[in-house]
Amino acid sequence: MSSMAATLSDSVVITKRNLIKVKRVPDLIVFATLSPIMFVLLFRYVFGGAIQLPPGTSYGEFLLPGIFAQTIVLGSTTTGASLAEDLQKGLIDRFRSLPMSRSAVLIGRTVADAGLNIISITVMALTGLVVGWRINSSVGEAVLGFVVLLLFAYAISWLMAMVGLLVRTPEVVNNASFIVIFPLTFVANTFVPLETFPSVLRTFAEWNPVSAVVQSARNLFGNTSPLAPTPDAWSLQNPVLYTLIWVVLILAVFVPLSVRAYRRAAGR
Amino acid sequence: MYATEKSGGELSGGGPSVGGMTDAIVVEGLVKRFGATTALDGVDLTVAEGSVLGLLGPNGAGKTTVVRILTTLLEADAGRVEVVGLDVSREADRVRAAIGLTGQYAAVDEYLTGFENLEMVGRLYRLGRAEARRRAGELLERFDLSGAADRPAKTYSGGMRRRLDIAASLIARPRVLFLDEPTTGLDPRSRLSMWEFIADLADGGTTILLTTQYLEEADRLADRMVVIDRGRVIARGTADELKAQVGGQRLEFTVTDAAVLPGMVERLRPLAVEDPVVDVQARRLSLPVSGGAEVLAEALRRLDGATAEIFDVGLRRPDLDDVFLALTGRVAEEVATEDDPTAEPAITGGAR
Ligand SMILES: Nc1ncnc2c1ncn2[C@@H]1O[C@H](COP(=O)(O)OP(=O)(O)O)[C@@H](O)[C@H]1O
Ligand SMILES: [Mg+2]
Repeated sequence: MSSMAATLSDSVVITKRNLIKVKRVPDLIVFATLSPIMFVLLFRYVFGGAIQLPPGTSYGEFLLPGIFAQTIVLGSTTTGASLAEDLQKGLIDRFRSLPMSRSAVLIGRTVADAGLNIISITVMALTGLVVGWRINSSVGEAVLGFVVLLLFAYAISWLMAMVGLLVRTPEVVNNASFIVIFPLTFVANTFVPLETFPSVLRTFAEWNPVSAVVQSARNLFGNTSPLAPTPDAWSLQNPVLYTLIWVVLILAVFVPLSVRAYRRAAGR
Repeated sequence: MYATEKSGGELSGGGPSVGGMTDAIVVEGLVKRFGATTALDGVDLTVAEGSVLGLLGPNGAGKTTVVRILTTLLEADAGRVEVVGLDVSREADRVRAAIGLTGQYAAVDEYLTGFENLEMVGRLYRLGRAEARRRAGELLERFDLSGAADRPAKTYSGGMRRRLDIAASLIARPRVLFLDEPTTGLDPRSRLSMWEFIADLADGGTTILLTTQYLEEADRLADRMVVIDRGRVIARGTADELKAQVGGQRLEFTVTDAAVLPGMVERLRPLAVEDPVVDVQARRLSLPVSGGAEVLAEALRRLDGATAEIFDVGLRRPDLDDVFLALTGRVAEEVATEDDPTAEPAITGGAR
């Protein structure tokens, strides 16, 4: 077997193994779907009235792309916690003692987590449609919108893979990732328009890749308003390109680093 | 070397050995440091193809570190390590294809069933799908897990998980199997059945390196033993050779009245190969002998009815606890908790 084919076949085996767990532990699927529903309802009805909107948009339309982004970025943190759990239970040792591809465990993990994210985003989109969110663009654009969201989350998964292999305790991985993910997703255009930020934070928010992800989604779903122009920052004027640059950068850095961490991972 | 599956053994797999190689494992001058801790301080050992080596030592001696290096999980700081003639760091992937590892803690996926666990590992050893499934079924049968094959491993007892873990490491018929404390934490019954499984594998020709803290376990399963303490080999040899280091067997009598002891010594002295030892306080007589059960019968005959005061009698062979005590001046269990660096072993450098 060529090494490419071997990596692919090992990755399929590992992905399957991870998806079996999703099937056996229904809590995973329940939380992957319930929390986005909760987010949508909470922001729509609790904070919705309190937030000053760009003129000409409904909060439902403004909000949903932001919630999509936050939820799937949070969703990709499970990659780190799951790998830390495998490490603790000795499974990574088992895999490392097998003549299998050195990257398959990580590929299988991130792909399975992307699968969970697809379920989350589907549920959120359906809930969104119920509370007034609409896609006002072509099918092609809408699909591209979802792809951009999922690609960014997939890249974050690889970053979290490295964190999980180095930190080695699932609970600590979760706490550590919240410390990074919350500022990233809140100091952004996720829930409020950027005009509401003070100047320094505003610059950070404009160049925050999460803002670009959200802006891409709003543009591609047709959730923008001509009365509320996009900020002038290049990152937000070219959000899809800027997001893809981040995706490539994150993968270029963290795929090799995570594989290296895996090769050296010590169980206990 | 070659056994049939029918006899309960695993085929040793690799075919005839190449270039007259007879050692499946060769370790020379192995050193491993973790920061300031020197976990392994120049370990040498070899394991002949088809034999079982018991790597013996108290907690923290370095057993797991040896296993992790030999199974490619850890890089050594110095030394030469070859498994089935392959260098473990330069040809790691080929080594991995030839070995099976059962670590100190059962590494099974709790959410997969027993069957799914084995099938997955089989696939990752690059067996075809049909072959992986066939082997999974076979091994579940062999390790008495057929009834639980379709239950998630989460529901398994400790003993069942260990068996599943060993089954997983056997799925590709490895030439060399590493077992790191395979019975630690098992109840006595599971331990006994685990011993039977391991003895079966050894009979089938699989080369096995087994670590244990239980001296009885090594005595029972291993052809040869290497005793390590604080990262150094302190003794090696067969169980009998190690026992010879602490002396032979003894006949021990415990009586209800110490007054009868001098008379007994008189009658039994001809059987002793060395001076008898009398412990009046414990009302005990210990008689170094050679010859086994006949000596016991002969002793009772010589006492000729004067046995009313005898409370207990037995032929005691030194066990490996005695060996450890003689080698290190410490009892095996004590070593784990003791951290006095000045207590150097009484005998070092080991091989006789
Ligand atoms: N990953 C590690 N980091 C630091 N020290 C370690 C590590 N692994 C083992 N050690 C140390 O190396 C020594 C040998 O450990 P180990 O091989 O686990 O012993 P054993 O398996 O015989 O109980 C111990 O002092 C242990 O604390
Ligand atoms: Mg150990």
